[in-house]
Amino acid sequence: MSYLFLQQYWWFVISLLAGFLVFLLFVQGGQSLLFCLGRTEKQKTVILNAMGHKWEITFTTLVTFGGAFFASFPLFYSTSFGGAFYVWFAILFCFILQAVSYEFRNKPKNLLGAKTYEWFLVINGILGPILLGTAVATFFTGGNFIVGRGNILTLGGDNIISSWQSAWHGLEAVLDYRNVALGLAVFFLSRVLAIQYLNNAVSSDEIKKNSKKIFNVSAVAFLVCFLTFVISMLFSSGWQENTANGVISVVDYKYLNNILELPTVSILLLIGVVAVLYSILITITKQSKRAIWFGGAGTVLTVTMLLLLAGLNGTSYYPSLVDMQSSLTITNSSSSYFTLKTMAYASLFIPVVIAYIWYAWKQMNKKKISEESVGNETSY
Amino acid sequence: MTILTALEVVDWSRAQFALTAMYHWIFVPLTLGLGFICAIMETIYYRTGDQKWKNITKFWMRLFAINFAIGVATGIILEFEFGTNWSNYSYFVGDIFGAPLAIEGIFAFFMESTFLAVMYFGWDRVSKRFHLASTWLTAFGANLSAIWILIANSWMQYPVGMRFNPDTMRNEMYDFWLVATNPVAINKITHTVSSGFLLASVFVVGISAWYLIKRRNIDFAKKSIRIAAIFGLFSSLSVAYTGDASAYLVAKTQPMKFAAMEALMDGGRDLGLTAMGIVATDIQTEDHTNESVTAFKMEIPYMLSMLATRGDGSFVPGINDIVYGNEKEGMLSTVEKMRRGKIAINTLKEYNESKKSGDVASMAEIKAKFDYNTTEGKEFMDNFFKYFGYGYFNSPSEIIPDIALIFYSFRIMVGVGAMLIFIFIMLIYLSYKDQLTKYRWALYLTLLSLPLTYIATQTGWIVSEVGRQPWTIQDMLPTIASISDVTSTAVKTTFFIFVGLFTTLLIAEIRIMLKQIKIGPKENNN
Repeated sequence: MSYLFLQQYWWFVISLLAGFLVFLLFVQGGQSLLFCLGRTEKQKTVILNAMGHKWEITFTTLVTFGGAFFASFPLFYSTSFGGAFYVWFAILFCFILQAVSYEFRNKPKNLLGAKTYEWFLVINGILGPILLGTAVATFFTGGNFIVGRGNILTLGGDNIISSWQSAWHGLEAVLDYRNVALGLAVFFLSRVLAIQYLNNAVSSDEIKKNSKKIFNVSAVAFLVCFLTFVISMLFSSGWQENTANGVISVVDYKYLNNILELPTVSILLLIGVVAVLYSILITITKQSKRAIWFGGAGTVLTVTMLLLLAGLNGTSYYPSLVDMQSSLTITNSSSSYFTLKTMAYASLFIPVVIAYIWYAWKQMNKKKISEESVGNETSY
Repeated sequence: MTILTALEVVDWSRAQFALTAMYHWIFVPLTLGLGFICAIMETIYYRTGDQKWKNITKFWMRLFAINFAIGVATGIILEFEFGTNWSNYSYFVGDIFGAPLAIEGIFAFFMESTFLAVMYFGWDRVSKRFHLASTWLTAFGANLSAIWILIANSWMQYPVGMRFNPDTMRNEMYDFWLVATNPVAINKITHTVSSGFLLASVFVVGISAWYLIKRRNIDFAKKSIRIAAIFGLFSSLSVAYTGDASAYLVAKTQPMKFAAMEALMDGGRDLGLTAMGIVATDIQTEDHTNESVTAFKMEIPYMLSMLATRGDGSFVPGINDIVYGNEKEGMLSTVEKMRRGKIAINTLKEYNESKKSGDVASMAEIKAKFDYNTTEGKEFMDNFFKYFGYGYFNSPSEIIPDIALIFYSFRIMVGVGAMLIFIFIMLIYLSYKDQLTKYRWALYLTLLSLPLTYIATQTGWIVSEVGRQPWTIQDMLPTIASISDVTSTAVKTTFFIFVGLFTTLLIAEIRIMLKQIKIGPKENNN
């Protein structure tokens, strides 16, 4: 295994984890729809039970995404997390709110009342996907950082390796419409997937009826935001690393070039997008229970391929907007050969993880969640 | 960022990390132990088909789930804080430190979170066998997760399996098994996981004792105590055994921490252990001797040397020996280590300058110093680069941690641990004789042990982490060189938001728990 192969492999693993994470954000989508779809207490409980059986997997995928980034591309971890400080803390705060709310909401003496915890879930449902989507968009649009590895040798202060040049520490990303477009696209996609999941896992005609109009609006909004982001990126410049000397320079239409130069990735991206569109179509026309399979697989494929376009072919996956040579690529920001190789062996366990999650979910979802089942079995 | 600003950021970043870690550790040990206790109880239900055991299992599982959620919430913050607050650290050792964290996610977190949902919601959805397997896998997943994060933490206490790369300006792993089987890690895993089992056992016997005091749910409480007291006794013995081994390892690998645990100013041989004492709080600013540092103490003769050297007659260094050096015992002074550390830093600076100017000959000459395979490299690495981290200090006293805090924390931890062995033996005896309800003082003592155990587990971590100061990685990277490019105002803001949020959630959790305990186990038959 060459060093470059391992770097590309780990970028693929990161991209795949991001793909699964965006798919699993259907939990957040469901939370954001809590008050729209759940008109009665029982309906709300049904929605929360459906989402609540899965929330930990979304949470775990986020944690693993962070851990895998730390292990494989530590320079990104230290630069982005330490620099875009406020963005990452905003994401963390809204995920703390989620973690306790499912369990605390329905319990007596929960201090803040059920309504507060429901609002916590709605806040997480809205802010979680928007913030994560906005953060992921910076893989294309960049950040305001400078990297100086030798800084650590400075004595008496000023020894920070990665420094952020904006006092807003990442919040300035909202000033770029492309970041906002992807953030909103992820948010509306999470709602689309949530409704598709509810159609599959829940047996409640009322919830299905309530979801029709919201689904149509969310699907259209998703398509508008997603296309805005994709089209703008196709016409954007990108940062390209010269593999011989590591020098980074601007290339016009870099992402369009990547699409043309990486045909396998482009075809898979297209298949992913078509699968998502098909899932939307069969949800609108017949509220198909199978839509989540196409929507989920399409989402994983689309996001994975988008991130591959951001990092492969010598592209800088985290461009610096203030010092081009500080931009991060998969070759200049990765862990050592030994660490990537060791981690690659560990990653062979991932299919086993996917298999047991699939088996456990299959067992749990055999019986549909219904309003009748609320109160008869363990429930949130 | 000036040195003063950096110090402020360091202090607030440390405060934030300590706050998160301490809140996290309120919930995690219970998860570690209660998962297995639930699994044992459910196994009895599975084998006997006795509905009472199902009710008992479901009750403790309910408390497990309430506790689990907030543990998860605080856990995610800890992982991301390495990046947000300690970005230099994340780069400098991310090549080694990130791997256990990623493996933890892949191997442990998914197992835990997948099967937790089955364990909690699957009673009527999956077969009895699959449910039981899920309960065991949840418990294993939680403990597997602890194992990997403890491997990472142990590496910070005793870094092994890595080499410095002057080109990337960071440490890089060369032997994963050295990292994973680090003797400090093996000890820390067994000690910390056992302490989690211990706390969970105390949790079960403490709450059960409350039921017996209140003369309700008698059968439930007796059955719970029967399981948890045996589990607790084994756990407490394991904690004591591994605690002793831990002290021995600390003496070998982190002598300053060991000296701090004992407030030992001047080292020696055949030293006694201070069982109780009052210790001075001005050790960083005033010179002290063994006599002046404690206002009062009760000593166990020879015990400290036994703990540190297993009685082989070797020298146990004190704080003064480490700070000022001890020529007779071959110990360098901190001033000398600082001098050598600055030479290492300057050598790296020269390397960087040669690289920038394209001076290939000079680069090759300097790089040879970082090659362990050459005589020159070994000499430089062992005698200079080894002290790289010391180069950041301005005064030798900076290497002294907060002695009083460590000294008292250590004694609370050990004292409560010893008490618990007695309590579990007593409970097993009373349970065997069916006299649990006869001695109310014993029940009150058992109930009281619950908050004391929570305090003891916290003090254990204080000894470990405050004792490591001023280092993020022992002898390699000080906290002052580990921070992110953020202002102290930013860190203060997130710190106080965390204080408010975590405290609110803790109060909510305690109220929910107490209410659930008051409600008690459901006596249903399905």
